Amino acid sequence: MPEFAVEAHDIVRVFAKGEVRALDGVSLEVPAGQVFGLLGPNGSGKTTMVRILSTILSPTSGSATVAGFDIVKQPNQVRRHIGLAGQNSTVDENLTGFENIRMVGLLNHLNKDFVEAKANQLLDDFNLSDAAHRTIKTYSGGMRRRLDLAAALVASPPILFLDEPTTGLDPQSRQDLWGIIEHLVEGGTTVLLTTQYLDEADRLAKQLVVLDHGKIIAQGTSAELKKQMGATVLALSFTSSDDALRAQPLLASLSATPANLDGTVLEMTVDNGPAVTADALRRIDAAGITLSGLALREPSLDDVFINLTGHKAEDVDAPVPTGRPGRRPRKANA
Amino acid sequence: MSTLPSPVSTHSALRWAISDVLTMARRNLLALFRVPVSIVFMIIQPIMFVILFRYVFGGAIPIVGTSYVNYLIPGILVQTTMFGSVGTAIGLAEDLQKGLIERFRALPMARLAVLAGRTVSDLFRNVLILAIITGVGFLVGFRPTGGVVAYLQACLLMLVFAYCLSWGFAYVGLAAPNAEAAQAITFPLIFPLAFASAIFVLVSSMPGWLRPFANNQPVSQTADAVRGLMLGQPHGQSTWIALAWAIGAVCVLAPLAVNKYRKVA
Repeated sequence: MPEFAVEAHDIVRVFAKGEVRALDGVSLEVPAGQVFGLLGPNGSGKTTMVRILSTILSPTSGSATVAGFDIVKQPNQVRRHIGLAGQNSTVDENLTGFENIRMVGLLNHLNKDFVEAKANQLLDDFNLSDAAHRTIKTYSGGMRRRLDLAAALVASPPILFLDEPTTGLDPQSRQDLWGIIEHLVEGGTTVLLTTQYLDEADRLAKQLVVLDHGKIIAQGTSAELKKQMGATVLALSFTSSDDALRAQPLLASLSATPANLDGTVLEMTVDNGPAVTADALRRIDAAGITLSGLALREPSLDDVFINLTGHKAEDVDAPVPTGRPGRRPRKANA
Repeated sequence: MSTLPSPVSTHSALRWAISDVLTMARRNLLALFRVPVSIVFMIIQPIMFVILFRYVFGGAIPIVGTSYVNYLIPGILVQTTMFGSVGTAIGLAEDLQKGLIERFRALPMARLAVLAGRTVSDLFRNVLILAIITGVGFLVGFRPTGGVVAYLQACLLMLVFAYCLSWGFAYVGLAAPNAEAAQAITFPLIFPLAFASAIFVLVSSMPGWLRPFANNQPVSQTADAVRGLMLGQPHGQSTWIALAWAIGAVCVLAPLAVNKYRKVA
C-alpha cells in the first residue's frame, strides 16, 4: 500500500456542457488507515468527488490514484480495492439481504462458497441475521444502510468510500453506523467519508477538507479548523431582532470576523472571551439595549463553516445536481 | 471470526464475464418471481388478444387454407415475444433510475454484464410466456400439425427474433428518462410492426399502398415462418429472411445500446 490510500491532483469535473463546474481543482491526500472527511453542503461537489474516485465518473481534467492505481488508466484495479456505500443505497429492493451481499460478492469475482459464508458472517456482524432472508422492501432505513455497508465489505476492501452514510437516519441508527465505521478503521480500513453533518465529521474524521461550490475552502484536523476561528464564540440573545440589529454595528470592532445574526441571536468569534464579553456588555448597556441571554462556548464546526462560507451548512439549496443535470433526478432514499 | 473458505477463484476473464452475465440474469429473474403479479401482467395482454381475435373479430376475418385459430395463435406468439422484449427497456430504465447501474460500475465486474444479463433474463422470461400462451392457444382450439420438431424450431426462431429486438429496447431503456417514459416510447415503435403485419390478417386484405411494407417487414416474415413451421405449410424463404432481419437488427442495435451504456452509466 502506498503512503496515501487516495491521492487526487487538481480534479475538475464539468457538467451540462461547461455550464456547471461541479469540481473546480480539488486535490486531496488521504493517509491510509484513518477516516478522512469531505465536508460540505448539498451541491458542494462531495458526491461528484466520490463518483470520480470510485471510477463511476471520469474527471474532465486532473488525475488521481486509489490504492496506488490510476483511476482512469487502471479502473478495474481500483475497483478491486474499494467498497462504496452510502446515501443512494445500492441495494436491490426485490432481493433479500443475503442475496444482495451474495450478488456483490460474486460480481467481485470471489469464490461462491466464500461469498456465502462471508455474507452470513457480515449479516451477523451487522445485526441483520433475522432479516437475512427478507426482501429489502421490508427493511427500515437504518437496516438498508447497514446492509449496503455490509455488501460493500464483502470483498474486504482496504479503502471504503462512504457517501453521506447517515443522511436521513434516526439518531440511534447514526450512532450504530458510527460505531461500525470506527470499528472498521481500527481494523486498518481507510475511509473516505462525505457528510454535511459537522458533528459527524467532528466525531469520525481525523482530517477534513471543507468543500464549497466545487472548491476546497479549508483543510486540516477539526481542532486546527476550530483554532482558525479564534478561541471562543460569544453568543448574545436579545429580546427582539430589532435590538439584535441595532447591537450588531456597535460590536463589530470586537471580532476579527463578521458577526453572524440569526433572528434574535448574535454570534461572534472572539480571542479573549471574558474581556471582550465585559466590553460588549458595556456597549450594549450604553445603547440602552436589554439582553435576554449570554453564552460563551467553544466553536463548533458549524461556526467554522459559517465563518468560511458566509452561510450555514444546512440552509443551502442544491443548485448543482449530483448526476446528469436536468435529466434523471436520482431517487433520494430515506 | 469463524474460518471462511478461500476467497480466491482462478478463472479466465471470459469465464468471469459469463459468470457476471449469469449473476445479473439470476438477479433479474429472482426479482421477477418474487413479484408473481408481474407474470400475470405479462400474460394478461396476450390472453386478451387471443380472446378478442378468436371470439370477437375472428369470425369476420377470412383466411385461406386453415382455420382462423390456427392462423391466429402463431401470430399472437410472435407478437407476445416481441412485446416481451419491451421488458428490457423498462428493466434497464428502472435500474438506471434507482442508481443501481451506477453502483455496478464501481465493481470489478465485466462492463457489459449489466446489458447482457438483462437481455438474457428477458429471454428466459419470453420462454416462460411462450409456454403459457401456447397452452392458452391449445385451450381455444389451436391444433398445429407441423410436428414437435418444427414447433420447437418455430419457438427458437421467435426467441432469436425477440432477443435481437431486446438490444434495441436496451437502447430505449438507457435513453429514456424513466421507466414510464421507456414504456411510452416503445409503443409507437412496435405498434406499426405488430399491426401492419401478417399477425392477425392476411396482408392481401390490406390496401395496396400498405402491402409492400406489411409483406416485407420483419414481424410479418417471422409470423409467416412460425406459422408455416407450426402448421406444416410451405413458407418459402421466410425463415431465412426472418433470421436475416434478426441478425441484421442485432448487428445495428447492440452497438447502439453498448455505446449508449458507456455514455450514460
